[in-house]
Amino acid sequence: MFPRSFDYLAPESMDDALSMLAEHGEDAKVLAGGQSLIPLMKLRFAAPDYIIDINRIPDLGSMHENGSLSVGALVRTHDIERSELIKDRYPAMAAAAPLISDPLVRNLGTVVGSLCHADPQGDWASVMLAMNAEIVCRTGESQRRIPVAEFVQGPFTTSLEPNEIATEVNIPDPGADTYGTYMKLERKVGDFASVGVAIHLSFDGPRVERAGIGLTAVGPANIKATEAEQLLTGAELDGGTIARAADLCAEAADPHSDLRGSADYKRAMVRVFVSRALSAATAGKAA
Amino acid sequence: MAVEEKEMPWVGRSVKRKEDDRFVRGGGNYLDDIRLANMLHMAILRSPFAHARIESIDTSAAEAVEGVVAVVTGELLAEHKLAWMPTLSGDTQAVLATDKVRFQGQEVACVVATDPYVAHDALELIDVEYEPLPVVVDPKKAVEDGAPIIRDDKEDQKDNRIYHWEAGDKESTDRAFSEADVVVELDTHYPRSHPAPLECCGCIADVNPATSKTMIYMTSQAPHAIRTVFALVTGLPEQNIQIISPDIGGGFGNKVPVYPGYVVATAASLLIGQPVKWIEDRTGNLASTGFARDFHMHGELALKQDGTMLGLRVGMLSDQGYAYADAQPSKFKAGLFHVVTGSYDMPAAHVVTDGAYTNKAPGGVAYRCSFRITEASFLIERLVQNAAYELGMEPVELRRRNFVRPEQFPYTSVTGFVYDSGEYAKALDVALEKSGYEQLRAEQERLRAEGRLLGIGVASFTEAVGAGPSRDYDILGIKMFDSAELRIHPTGKAILKLGVKSQGQGHETTFAQIVAGELGIPPEDVTVQEGDTDNTPYGLGTYASRSTPTGGAATAVVARKLRDKAKQIAAHTLEVSADDLEWEGDRFYVKGAPEQAATIQDIAFAAYTNHPQGMEAGLEGVTYYDPPNLTYPFGTYVVAVEVDAQTGEWKVRKVVAVDDCGVRINPMIVEGQIMGGLTEGFAMSAMQQITFDEDGNCMGSNFIDYLLPTAWETPTFELHATVTPSPHHPIGAKGVGESATVGSPAAFANAVVDALAHLGVRNIDMPLTSGKVWEAMQQARSS
Ligand SMILES: Cc1cc2nc3c(=O)[nH]c(=O)nc-3n(C[C@H](O)[C@H](O)[C@H](O)COP(=O)(O)OP(=O)(O)OC[C@H]3O[C@@H](n4cnc5c(N)ncnc54)[C@H](O)[C@@H]3O)c2cc1C
Repeated sequence: MFPRSFDYLAPESMDDALSMLAEHGEDAKVLAGGQSLIPLMKLRFAAPDYIIDINRIPDLGSMHENGSLSVGALVRTHDIERSELIKDRYPAMAAAAPLISDPLVRNLGTVVGSLCHADPQGDWASVMLAMNAEIVCRTGESQRRIPVAEFVQGPFTTSLEPNEIATEVNIPDPGADTYGTYMKLERKVGDFASVGVAIHLSFDGPRVERAGIGLTAVGPANIKATEAEQLLTGAELDGGTIARAADLCAEAADPHSDLRGSADYKRAMVRVFVSRALSAATAGKAA
Repeated sequence: MAVEEKEMPWVGRSVKRKEDDRFVRGGGNYLDDIRLANMLHMAILRSPFAHARIESIDTSAAEAVEGVVAVVTGELLAEHKLAWMPTLSGDTQAVLATDKVRFQGQEVACVVATDPYVAHDALELIDVEYEPLPVVVDPKKAVEDGAPIIRDDKEDQKDNRIYHWEAGDKESTDRAFSEADVVVELDTHYPRSHPAPLECCGCIADVNPATSKTMIYMTSQAPHAIRTVFALVTGLPEQNIQIISPDIGGGFGNKVPVYPGYVVATAASLLIGQPVKWIEDRTGNLASTGFARDFHMHGELALKQDGTMLGLRVGMLSDQGYAYADAQPSKFKAGLFHVVTGSYDMPAAHVVTDGAYTNKAPGGVAYRCSFRITEASFLIERLVQNAAYELGMEPVELRRRNFVRPEQFPYTSVTGFVYDSGEYAKALDVALEKSGYEQLRAEQERLRAEGRLLGIGVASFTEAVGAGPSRDYDILGIKMFDSAELRIHPTGKAILKLGVKSQGQGHETTFAQIVAGELGIPPEDVTVQEGDTDNTPYGLGTYASRSTPTGGAATAVVARKLRDKAKQIAAHTLEVSADDLEWEGDRFYVKGAPEQAATIQDIAFAAYTNHPQGMEAGLEGVTYYDPPNLTYPFGTYVVAVEVDAQTGEWKVRKVVAVDDCGVRINPMIVEGQIMGGLTEGFAMSAMQQITFDEDGNCMGSNFIDYLLPTAWETPTFELHATVTPSPHHPIGAKGVGESATVGSPAAFANAVVDALAHLGVRNIDMPLTSGKVWEAMQQARSS
């Protein structure tokens, strides 16, 4: 690969990283897993003058629960795939991780990096929309928390400022009785999504207490299917409700036709996946 | 295993591949591994537009970059009459664009620099002013009146038509159709595809200013032919050009043509006096080098109600891109496409083919296929299945009823092919039995009742490989023979030099086994050399499954020549008459006295130390083999798939492949070839395609868009064999490198269509993506 030349900076603390970013701003790019940034640089679609590699900063690789789940900026997709905690408590994340690309990419690519990259075909943003997660961002002076729904603004656009680093994504406690999954239509293993659906439900007995649905690759950014979420909240999952929720999600989708399929097809797949997921959730309840 | 394996004849033994030791240890020597002193690096600037006039090219900023040695443009090449070059089909193609660019990705300028990063930096500084022109992407529109003329550089070219070529007989075919009970039609597009070898193309050109010797290390499947082309194009004396193809990381037809990068690197080395290396990147490879397929086909099959085939009518429009650059050596315009009557005894056929220019990359290479035979095989096998639906017949029975029968061989088809041998029904029967075909049909019935979609697809293909007989095949006039030179040294070890060139097919093992089979020298004692024009006999290279039919035949023939000489030497050393000698495995012995023997090693030593008076010393020879005919491998593939009725996704349940490639020299290598071919056949049916948007932007120029299957989705294959030797090949072998790419796409497509046949679905063009399958189901359900 023959990218344009750049200076490589490898800060060993967050403070150093932030001051480098403050200095170079728009001319710099943060490097996490590099699995989106490096391909862009290879094609010279991105040509930052400075790369600020955050991989030497301590503690960013940690993932811990303390009222909510904190996933640090260097937690790799592979870490999620392997985590018992995630498997037990965050089934939508557990389902999504192994569907992202291939082991090589998962070993390096980070969850936070995926959110910052804001590819409308990225899978993590849909999962985080479904889980009502927030991103924690820092500058040298301040820190703010941004709901993912506000953070992701459009294709490859976020509300991150050039002098900010995202330090973690924070996921609210899912509750004790949950269901979650991620369904992805892909043309081959390792492919980006043609359509993806993330679903997270918290139950209170037979009723849905909280519902979260995120849609991948069917709009200019990942979509939070809020009308379907509202319909499901407080409801019991009978056939009619499932069908209506699936329809609402299909309506929320705004796909375009391409080689992966027509807009109609993609919308239909949203419907199929949502009803498959919700049916599986009720099957879980009945058992 | 050892005992039985060891006692087997060398031909027919699954000897481990000799070349793999160095490959698996990372010891291969590929083009990019080669570094020469003072070597410069070249990068190519490509056109962002599919069709545009070049108003100006300003190279001054690029030239000013430190480390840039030269910027080469079409204008500079034109001064040396090198701006255009001939294609392998007698057309012309730009080396670097001068007047216009005619496809997106076309080569516009090259930077030569001391390091590849500098070369790429400088590319960005070349300022090209383009005036965009209307783009022609659809070949059907290209041939309409009033379409923008793409090749206005050619004086006598007044439209976008390249050729019109017919085979068979119109009149008898019309008559057959008028007598038919049933006529089945199919329109289908075999999509533009790309061989996508793991290693892209590249070269190092090293013109020595002192001696004028031009060494070119090149990723070429056909180094000798390329050398001749280079001599003709550049006017350099042929003996001063040496082309070396080192280890090649896959070719699949992609590495047959001459590409602009080779020519510019050579010209640059000549002008600068230093070696120049060009390594193509993946986008360059996919967007600009030899594509494959892209045939728009219309087929009509006429039958009697009882299933007897009466006639076949085929119309085909080939999307050639902006140059007619098929790498095909036949006298026929559309390659061997007119073999389209396939495995069937077809009384009448008429094939009409047309080629059209469009604003796309040139090519038309034989991607793991014998010159357009893949498209032909696909069309007839898809048509036959649809005919079976129409007649309410079991598709395999319809095939069986119409197969060319064993006693009809050699069989002359109505389009002029002479099939050498075949037992089609036998291969079919094995495939049906091994696949549990009857049970699959029963299960299909059961599952349909539950709303589940199981489909079973069959293809009974016939290949025509091993180009080829000199009366029909040549490249720029050079006949399609191939050669072998065998030298046996005093210690009984041998070097075999061939005109063909392996790109992974296992030549170093297979051809050593042929020598072993003829002379008893174990394969490990036979070093096979290929790819260096100064040190191997002239040959036409490796593609179209031709190496075993031609180079393999030459190897057997030259080995037999040496055995004849060896017999004279043995008679001399054993002091008997040659007539008293008998050959056995690796030795001549005296009839009736087997202990009186001379092994091939004894004889080799004698050839240099104790040869008979009046005989030349040494034990070596060379043969040029002109094949009397093509070889015709065949087989039947059965594929079962299950389609998801909601999403249109399909999963392969079973693939059973029965291949007959005549005598199998190394069954393991044969099976490897078949598995690779089945994988690519699956890929073409499921995912592989290069498409263009209406502005001519290439939508398949990287591996995110151009999909290759991984081990994950590639199905498991079950392989079986029948053996019908080729009657004219010295050891009865036929080519096998491409049978599976030719035969299997139809089997996969037939299976998916079969899953939906009861809904009325009759066609889904490849690749059969889940989106297209869903669309077909929707249409069927709503009609
Ligand atoms: C072949 C391939 C296939 C893939 N398939 C999929 C897929 O199927 N689904 C999917 O979701 N993704 C896929 N990806 C993308 C992959 O998941 C990426 O790893 C991910 O999108 C980005 O994470 P990263 O850590 O690699 O980020 P990087 O590449 O390091 O960074 C991406 C962008 O985010 C910015 N950034 C990263 N971290 C921070 C931070 N902490 N603060 C501020 N800015 C930051 C960078 O500056 C850059 O602009 C694929 C990638 C490849 C190469």
